Amino acid sequence: MDAYLTLIQLLDSTVRLATPLLLACLAGLYSERAGIFDIGLEGKMLAAAFFSAAVASLTGSVWIGLAAGIAASMALSALHGVASITFRGNQLISGVAINFLAAGMTVLIAQDWFRQGGRTPSLIGGARFEGVTLPFADALEPVPFIGPLYSELISGHSVLVYMAFAAVPLTWWLLFRTRFGLRLRAVGENPAAVDTAGVSVVGLRYAAVAICGVLCGIAGAYLSTALQAGFVKDMSAGRGFIALAALIFAKWRPWYALWATLLFGLFGALETRPDVIQSLIGVKVQGQLLGALPYLMTVIILAGFVGKAIPPRAGGEPYVKER
Amino acid sequence: MEVMPKWAEVVLVPVISLLLAAIISGMVIFAIADVPEADTMQAAFALRIDYVWDAVKLMVNGALGSTYGWGYTLYYATNFMFTGLAVAIAFHARLFNIGGEGQAMLGGLGVALACLYIPWPHWSLALIGAMVMAGLFGAIWAAIPAWLQAKRGSHIVITTIMFNFIAASLLNYVLVNKLRPKGQMDPATARFPEATSLPTLHELLAPFGIAFSKSAPANVSLLVAIAACVLLWVLIWRTRLGYEIRAYGHSESAAKYAGISPVKITMIAMIISGALAGMMAINNVMGEAERLVLNATEGAGFIGIAVALMGRSHPLGVFIAAILFGFLYQGGAELALWTSIPRELIVVIQALVILFTGALDNMVRMPLERMFLWSRRRRAPKPTRTGG
Repeated sequence: MDAYLTLIQLLDSTVRLATPLLLACLAGLYSERAGIFDIGLEGKMLAAAFFSAAVASLTGSVWIGLAAGIAASMALSALHGVASITFRGNQLISGVAINFLAAGMTVLIAQDWFRQGGRTPSLIGGARFEGVTLPFADALEPVPFIGPLYSELISGHSVLVYMAFAAVPLTWWLLFRTRFGLRLRAVGENPAAVDTAGVSVVGLRYAAVAICGVLCGIAGAYLSTALQAGFVKDMSAGRGFIALAALIFAKWRPWYALWATLLFGLFGALETRPDVIQSLIGVKVQGQLLGALPYLMTVIILAGFVGKAIPPRAGGEPYVKER
Repeated sequence: MEVMPKWAEVVLVPVISLLLAAIISGMVIFAIADVPEADTMQAAFALRIDYVWDAVKLMVNGALGSTYGWGYTLYYATNFMFTGLAVAIAFHARLFNIGGEGQAMLGGLGVALACLYIPWPHWSLALIGAMVMAGLFGAIWAAIPAWLQAKRGSHIVITTIMFNFIAASLLNYVLVNKLRPKGQMDPATARFPEATSLPTLHELLAPFGIAFSKSAPANVSLLVAIAACVLLWVLIWRTRLGYEIRAYGHSESAAKYAGISPVKITMIAMIISGALAGMMAINNVMGEAERLVLNATEGAGFIGIAVALMGRSHPLGVFIAAILFGFLYQGGAELALWTSIPRELIVVIQALVILFTGALDNMVRMPLERMFLWSRRRRAPKPTRTGG
C-alpha cells in the first residue's frame, strides 16, 4: 500500500509537470503541421507566464491573467507570422529572436512594474488557479486502490490541466476529421497544391500560428499561476525545447504527443525523487542523466535508430507563388 | 539579377537593420525610464528623452571611456568573435549551428583538463595545448550532430539545440561529481596553476609604453581571435575548400553535380564551426576565470548568432559586430550597475538585432530593392525602336 501511494504521488507530479509540455507540444504541432517551424515555443511560454502572473496580481483575477498571457503569446506568434509568412524570413532565426525577446523583455517589464528583481509578487487567492475537486473525490477517498487513484491522481488538479488533456482528442479531431485540419496538414506537406485548390496558404498558416500562440499562452499561464505562484526570471527553464523534443518523439501526432509529454513529465518527476529509482532498480541514477534523457532520446529518435520521425515535408520553407 | 549595388548590400541593409534595432531599444528604455512624476505631458516626455540620452552616454562612457571599459569590451568581443565565426562558417554551408553554446561549454571542459592535468612550463605552450583541447572538444560536440545530419538526415538545428542541453547536464555532472576539489561547495574546478595564466592586455601593452587597465580581463586570446578572423577569411575566399563550402551553401544540387560531397562539406564545416566555438574557452575559462565554473559561457554561444547575422557571415563583419556586441555587453553591465535598468536589456537588444538582420531581412530589403529598381529605370535611356 505504501508503494502504491508513492506511485500515485509520482504519477500526480508527472501529470503536473507534463501539462505545460503537452500544451506547448500541441502548440508546436499545429504550427509545424502547417509548415512553420517554431523554436520560439520557449519564449512564448515565458512571455505568457509573466503577463498572466503580472496581470493576475494587478487585477486579482486569474482569468484576466490567463487572457493577458494568451494575448502576449499571440503577439509573439504574430511577430513570428509576419517574419516567416509575410516576409518569408528564416523561421528558425525568427524563433531564436522571439526566445531572446521574451527572456529580456519579461525581466525588464517585471522590474519596471514590480521592482522585485525581475519577479512578480506571490499570487494569492483568486489570482491563482486552485485545484478542482472533482465530484465524489472526498467520498471515494477511503475506498482502497480506487480512492487514492481518483482523489489524488485524477481529481485535485487545476482547470488548465483538464483543458490540456481535453486538447488532445480535440486536436486529433480538428486535424484529422475536419476540412480545416485536412487543409492545415496539406499546407505543411504541399502548399502549392493547396494554393492550386484556391485555398489561401497564407491564411491557413496564420491560423495555425495563432492557435499555436493560444496554446503556448495557456502553457505559460499554467507555469506561473497554477504550477507555481508567481513569475520568476527564466521560469520556462527549457520546457519549450523539451516540448519540441516531445513533438519529434511523437512524430507530429496528437495522441503520441500525450504519451511523449507524460514520459518526459515522468522523467521530471523522478528527478525530484531519486530515492524511488534507487529502491526500484537498486542503482543510484544521476539526476543530471534524467534531466538530459529527453534530449538524448530525441537525438536517437531523430537519427532514425528507433523508428523514423519524418517531419512535414514543406516545414521551414517559406511559400513563394511561382509566376 | 543583382538589383542592389554591392555597397547597398554590404553597408546599407545592415545599417538600416541596426538603426531599427537601436530605435526600438531606445523606445524600450524610454518606456521603462525611472523618472519622477512630471506635471505636463511635455515635461514627462522631456524627462524620459533625457533619461534615454543619459543611458546611452553612460553606456558609451562605461564601455569606451576608459582602458578599463575597453578591457571589458574587448574581452567580451573576443568571446563573440569566436562564436560569431563559428556560426558564420556554418552559415556559408547553409547550416544553422545553434549549438555554439554547448560547444563552448565542452571547449571549457577541454581547457580545464589541459590546464589541470598537464604541467605546462610556460603560458605560450599552455595556450597552444588549451587551444587544441578546446577546439577538439568543441569539434567533437559539433561533429556528432553534423554526422547525424549528413548520414541519418536528422535536422541539425534540433540536434544542436538538444546537444546544448546535453552539454549542460554533462558539465554539471562532471563539475559536481568529478572535477570539484574535495571540501569545496560550488560546482567548479580547482584554480588553474600559475603557469597557465595568460598575459592580459595590460602586460602585453606595457612594453610599448601604453598604460592599460590592470583589472580588465582582455588578454592575449584577443590576438588569437583576430588571427582566427583572418584565417577564416583566407579559408572561405582563398582556398578550394572554402569555395566548395560556399558552393554547397548556394546550391546543394549544383555542388553535388560538381562532385562536391555533401557529407564531407557538412562534416568539415561543422567541425571548423565547433572548434571555433570551443576555442572561445581560452578567453573566458583560461584567460578570465582561470577555473571552470558552471555557467562559464553566459550565453555567448547564442550571441554568436546575432554577431554572424549582423556581420553577414563575413569575417570582417563578424569582427566589427563582435566589438559592437562587446560594447553593448559592457555598456549594459554599467547601466545595470548605475541605474535601475536590468542587464537583460542586452538580451532585448540582441533579440532585436537577430530579428531585424535575420528574420525580418526581407522587410528591410524589399523597399530598398524597389527604390533602386525605380531609380535605375529613371536613369536608363528610353528604349528606341530599331529596324522595322
